[in-house]
Amino acid sequence: MADLPDATTCYELLAKMALIRRFEEEAGRQYQRAKAGGFLHLAIGEEATIVGTAAAMRAEDYLIGTYRTHGHAIARGTEPSRVMAELFGRVDGTSGGRGGSMHIFDAERRFMGGYGIVGGNLPIAAGLALASDYKGEDAVTVCMFGDGASNAGNFGETMNLAALWRLPILFLVENNLYGMGTSVERHSAQTDLSVKAEGYGIPGKRIDGMDVLAVREAVTEGVRMAREDRQPTMIEAFTYRFRGHSAADPEVYRGREEVEEWREKDPIEGFAQRCVEAGVLGEREVQEVRDKAEAAVREAVEFADASPEPALDTLYESLYVLDSAAGWYAVDERSPEPHRGEREAEMPAAARELAEAGAAYAGQPDGPRQPRPNPAESGEIGDGAEPDVAGEREEVEDR
Amino acid sequence: MTTLRMREALRDAMAEEMRRDEAVFVMGEDVGVFQGAFKVTEGLLEEFGERRVRDTPISENTIVGTGVGAAMAGLRPVVELMTVNFALLALDQIVNHAAAIPYMFNGAARVPMVVRMPGGGGHQLGPTHSHSFEALFLQVPGLLVACPSTPADGKALLKAAIRDDNPVIFIEHENLYGRRGEVPDEGADGDGLLPFGQAAVRREGGDVTIVGILKMAHVAEDAARVLANEHGVEGEVIDPRTLRPLDLDTILESVRKTNRAVIVEEGWPHGGVGANLATLITEQAFDHLDAPVQRVTGADVHMPYSRRLEQAAIPHEEHVVQAALAALEGSL
Repeated sequence: MADLPDATTCYELLAKMALIRRFEEEAGRQYQRAKAGGFLHLAIGEEATIVGTAAAMRAEDYLIGTYRTHGHAIARGTEPSRVMAELFGRVDGTSGGRGGSMHIFDAERRFMGGYGIVGGNLPIAAGLALASDYKGEDAVTVCMFGDGASNAGNFGETMNLAALWRLPILFLVENNLYGMGTSVERHSAQTDLSVKAEGYGIPGKRIDGMDVLAVREAVTEGVRMAREDRQPTMIEAFTYRFRGHSAADPEVYRGREEVEEWREKDPIEGFAQRCVEAGVLGEREVQEVRDKAEAAVREAVEFADASPEPALDTLYESLYVLDSAAGWYAVDERSPEPHRGEREAEMPAAARELAEAGAAYAGQPDGPRQPRPNPAESGEIGDGAEPDVAGEREEVEDR
Repeated sequence: MTTLRMREALRDAMAEEMRRDEAVFVMGEDVGVFQGAFKVTEGLLEEFGERRVRDTPISENTIVGTGVGAAMAGLRPVVELMTVNFALLALDQIVNHAAAIPYMFNGAARVPMVVRMPGGGGHQLGPTHSHSFEALFLQVPGLLVACPSTPADGKALLKAAIRDDNPVIFIEHENLYGRRGEVPDEGADGDGLLPFGQAAVRREGGDVTIVGILKMAHVAEDAARVLANEHGVEGEVIDPRTLRPLDLDTILESVRKTNRAVIVEEGWPHGGVGANLATLITEQAFDHLDAPVQRVTGADVHMPYSRRLEQAAIPHEEHVVQAALAALEGSL
């Protein structure tokens, strides 16, 4: 077991984990209240893997993850309020309400994104690492993905490329034992995921992903090998999500006992207890950490609630980069001019009219022939109204 | 002016941009030591070395995805996919990532990447090596789509594509690589860039508008000559050069003059480039049309190997002539 670091470090590790836990609990609650839409994948139980990893990285290093990355962004320093605003689909969200829960992004903190396609982030991670290498920079890329992604074609392709080109990259499998509802034993012929990339020249090791210090220690070494030796490695961190795959998961694939067993290994409780027993932190500080997390998350919800919905005439914004050479680009096939929704200041009325008429008609120079109602405006969908009975939200499960 | 083959013009475009900007690099299957499956990257490895001309494993989705990541981190990758057919293996990275990332991250990330790929039939390569997927990429918001038909356009568009901050699908035609044409010398015309969204009127005429892309731009011109020589019909031939953005104004202006339109492409008919363009023309210039818009497309089959069948599946000038005459029926 790794030795406890100094009190300040322990406090910070505990604070980050507690903040993520509290954030995720609240995100789940807000989802039940229909404040957040779409799919919601919570990382409750996986905080040690997330925080231990981020704690071993430098500010210039890149982190890239999956569709379960609210905590990863927060661990990198993104304000919880901006993550919550993204879940609410508001303009102050990390992606301005364009991405949602699965697509959190914060370039400033080199959190290079959550991605909704399993395994889709792997080659992008290789590209980030290639860019650092190409530019002669020192940055390392840490690529986190789930056990299920180790079966995707991108896994083999990217491992081979990373090893072949000696990219400064560390792969970290967040093995929470299930690819959605299919257990590792049922989805991977090789259940020791740490050896799955060895054939490509990427050595792996298994660690306790519920122990923040073990994660931090392993990632520190993996990042060092990437940075100094240009040797990509893989870490398989055993962790567990206490909640379902997403908010709509009835969890028929695992027993209550198993969940309870893992809850005994709660990464936050365990670490707090160890810190207190060792005299590094006092009960007062542990309570302070909880109180601060509570306050930060309350603030995040208030911030997200107060943040406006995106304006309809921003529908086409950021689809294309139009400023690199003026006049070159047409957003729309129908005209070489930028789309009418693009320049709100110039044509607010026309743009709003088009947007309100629905995207299908947007772009016709003369506007729609028949104005049609926009369901987002008439309250038929997405009006933010709470369901009559909390928790009765229905959802279609994803893949 | 220098006479160059298309493959040389494209190579020069990459070389000039690589000399100009250290962030530009080329990667793909066999682009280095082998000099490119179609020899488009010939000489680049020698000049720029392995750091900037990177042979990759046969891993299309990861090659493109690596390009996406490199582009997000400030480089300007020019990715070569050996053929359009193999782009299907990279569709996840092209559609779900390259095209979506700038939008889904609200403009905080850019993907200034060019993905070059040659396509088209005519070499007896059968169903898996003869595709035309312009329409497939045209449909995806966030992508720019270029489809040059001449060496001059190929060079100028590729240079513009490399400097563009958007992901660009750059479609080349295998049959055009050896085609020669006059290409302006470097620096002769500004930086030698051709802005996207500017169609070329290859031939002026008042009777029927004929729009063709890639190899079909040449077939359209050949057909116009036949129409003039044998039928006394003056076709106006337009090569859009880029499909997104599309210079629809030039096409509409022509249709308003000729009142008839024929669209020629090598791809499949359903949901094709012609289907899209016919809709746009109908929406925008319905009152000017004297006849239904005619489409000449590749046959709605997988490309057969047999030379006889393959040629029957690809549009030729006589198909275009017939379509133009059909559009003019009753008015001649």
